[in-house]
Amino acid sequence: MSDATQSGPMLAADGTPLKKSLARSLRRRKLRALALVAPLLLFVLLSFVIPIISMLFRSVENGIVSETLPMTVVELQHWDAESGELPEEALYEAFIRDMVVAVDAKQHTRLGTRLNYEQTGMSSMFRKSGRQIKRIDPEADGPFKDKLIEIHEGWGDVDTWRVIKTHAVPITNGYFLNAVDMQRTPEGAQAQPEDKRILIKLFGRTLFMSLIITGSCILLAYPVSYLLANLPMRVSNMLMILVLLPFWTSLLVRTSAWKVMLQQQGVINETLVWLGLVADDARLVIINNQFGTIIAMTHILLPFMILPMYSVMQTIPITYTRAAKSMGATNWTTFWRIYFPQSIPGIGAGSILVFILSIGYYITPEIVGGTKGVFISNRIAYHISSSLNWGLAAALGTILLAVVLLLYWCYDKIVGIDNVKLG
Amino acid sequence: MKVTKTTLMAGAIVAVAGAASAEEMTIVSWGGAYSKSQLKAYHEPYSEKSGVTILNDDSSAEAVAKLRAMNEAGNVTWDVVDVVAADAIRLCDEGLALEIDPDTMLAPAPDGTSAADDFGDLLVSECFIPQIVYSTTFGYRTDLVGDTPPSDVCAVFDLEAYPGKRSLEKRAINNMEWALICDGVAKDDVYDVLATPEGQDQALAKLGTIKDNVVWWSAGADTPQLLADGEIIMGSTYNGRLFSVIEEQKQPVAMLWDAQIFDLDGWIIPAGLSEERQKRALDYIMFATDTQRLADQAKYISYGPARASSAPLVGQHADLGIDMAPHMPTDPENAKNTFLYNYEFWADYRDDIEAKFQAWLAK
Repeated sequence: MSDATQSGPMLAADGTPLKKSLARSLRRRKLRALALVAPLLLFVLLSFVIPIISMLFRSVENGIVSETLPMTVVELQHWDAESGELPEEALYEAFIRDMVVAVDAKQHTRLGTRLNYEQTGMSSMFRKSGRQIKRIDPEADGPFKDKLIEIHEGWGDVDTWRVIKTHAVPITNGYFLNAVDMQRTPEGAQAQPEDKRILIKLFGRTLFMSLIITGSCILLAYPVSYLLANLPMRVSNMLMILVLLPFWTSLLVRTSAWKVMLQQQGVINETLVWLGLVADDARLVIINNQFGTIIAMTHILLPFMILPMYSVMQTIPITYTRAAKSMGATNWTTFWRIYFPQSIPGIGAGSILVFILSIGYYITPEIVGGTKGVFISNRIAYHISSSLNWGLAAALGTILLAVVLLLYWCYDKIVGIDNVKLG
Repeated sequence: MKVTKTTLMAGAIVAVAGAASAEEMTIVSWGGAYSKSQLKAYHEPYSEKSGVTILNDDSSAEAVAKLRAMNEAGNVTWDVVDVVAADAIRLCDEGLALEIDPDTMLAPAPDGTSAADDFGDLLVSECFIPQIVYSTTFGYRTDLVGDTPPSDVCAVFDLEAYPGKRSLEKRAINNMEWALICDGVAKDDVYDVLATPEGQDQALAKLGTIKDNVVWWSAGADTPQLLADGEIIMGSTYNGRLFSVIEEQKQPVAMLWDAQIFDLDGWIIPAGLSEERQKRALDYIMFATDTQRLADQAKYISYGPARASSAPLVGQHADLGIDMAPHMPTDPENAKNTFLYNYEFWADYRDDIEAKFQAWLAK
């Protein structure tokens, strides 16, 4: 009792102030929690965050020109790209010195590939010239200007040097400009020629079709989830297997099955012709276009919509709807004013899942999308694996990531992210 | 006594396992019937001869990107990689493939001809060891093309005589050449014309005349499936795929060899392997690309061996028992009018023309 009457801060059993002691134990608990998640955190950081950041960094990284041709780049600073005249002998000499080193390290063809993205012909120019420059002695064989132009006439073209100068910066906006159908030129950013513009269109198409796919998933998944949530457990579990079964089937198999269904000699068309609903010579074109992509992707992504909806609907107490009805609400009013608002978190969670997944899809559009139903991810895949233009692929990926984050932010503002529940 | 025996056995197992993992190599190829032909013709005899266990990895379609990633990570896990010639050139340019000296690293022909002469022009890159000649060509449904089957590649562009859908690959390469040939450009001038913006527009305009009737494919298996289902009346694909539709699946399909475009497929050895692994890879290459082995592969798949000295040794199909020579793209009867993929041209122009082609497709 006497302790309680003591003045000053409350003390713990060991005599330290209670506040301090509590804070210390809290900190210890937090540290222990952190130690528990540390392996996962480290794993995510190492295998996910760092690779993504390094991939995104490629979209601006452009050290290859100044690293391969260091002396040439310095000399190029003294050359006026607007003059329309070829550089002086000093630059050609610097170039030869750089190239002799580069050829030795087999770097010149890589540079050629890099510059070929900007100007057609650079690739073979560097490859062919490399073979001959190998035999030149930079100490004894000068002057080099005429010699180099003799090796390849491209070195006597002002445009060649303008391209090298334009892209000699170590950090470039060139890839991002390319990603939005523009290009980096000595006169600044300019639009691509009209017959090469495609990426903006694909970005728009990707977003638009992902929205349609999300919308059709909502429409199809809502009644299914409602049914699953309101049937007796035994039946709904059986039906759940039907939802999950396609989920367990390989993506490629499901996509190819759609091909069999939708093609002009496929199941749907054959049935319609047999029923006489469609003339034999006017079979429906429902694959290799946007329609095919929408159908196949809606089917493939449907479980991602059903599952969160179902788990939210399961938690909606049936007593609320009963209460509403007992007070005289019609079926529609009960649904619209009582049931639907409570199911919105499920719709929200499902929509985010489906929308973000479909934005990054590329196998299904590639197989059933034809020419009008492909996404921006198909171009990213092309630049990663075929053209090896990883800088452009990274720029496209960064833009896509930014767009998704932006949409997520909008979603949070409009619907509120607290309104999302996975169950 | 029993214990000792068990210990000895365990020791023996460890020793064997250790030896096996040391004598192991990963070979990357395309999968499917093609990998199977390599397994029969190269891998099995080589394993028998040398005791090396060969692991297959069907990643050739992404080989260039994966090799680049492996190289950047400093951990190349592949020993020998099967790629098309255009990819080999790209890998060589990027410094990702080992340069090959045909005189010391490849076997001479049985009559003593050097490997360099035996492969001849097919050695298109310093890093590339050719294996087969394949062609991209058209097949057509014999029952859907009317009474006069096509004999000319320009039938593809003739909607009046051959109405119906056709399939073309979803990329510029090959299609642009065929379009120009059928628009009256002489074969020798095709690449000169295609190098100009006007020529590219001309090719796209020609393709535009059939655009609404084209199914665009991206996997080699697409055209055979579309032909078998009757979705298309004619379509381009690799000649080996058509062979299996015609001879193995007995579909009513025939080959249109006219203006077939030859391409090469072969091996590269990744740069940066350890000395021991590189030696083993080279030993495998020396064995797998000799005259007899290349001829053996043609028993299992209808692609032509890349060595001149292998051609006379091509025999019969291992399962079907039919003569393979008439099914080779290089057979004189089939090769009356051919076209060789221009590697140099496409290495330069691919980025540019492909961008235009994709923009045109999306229009």
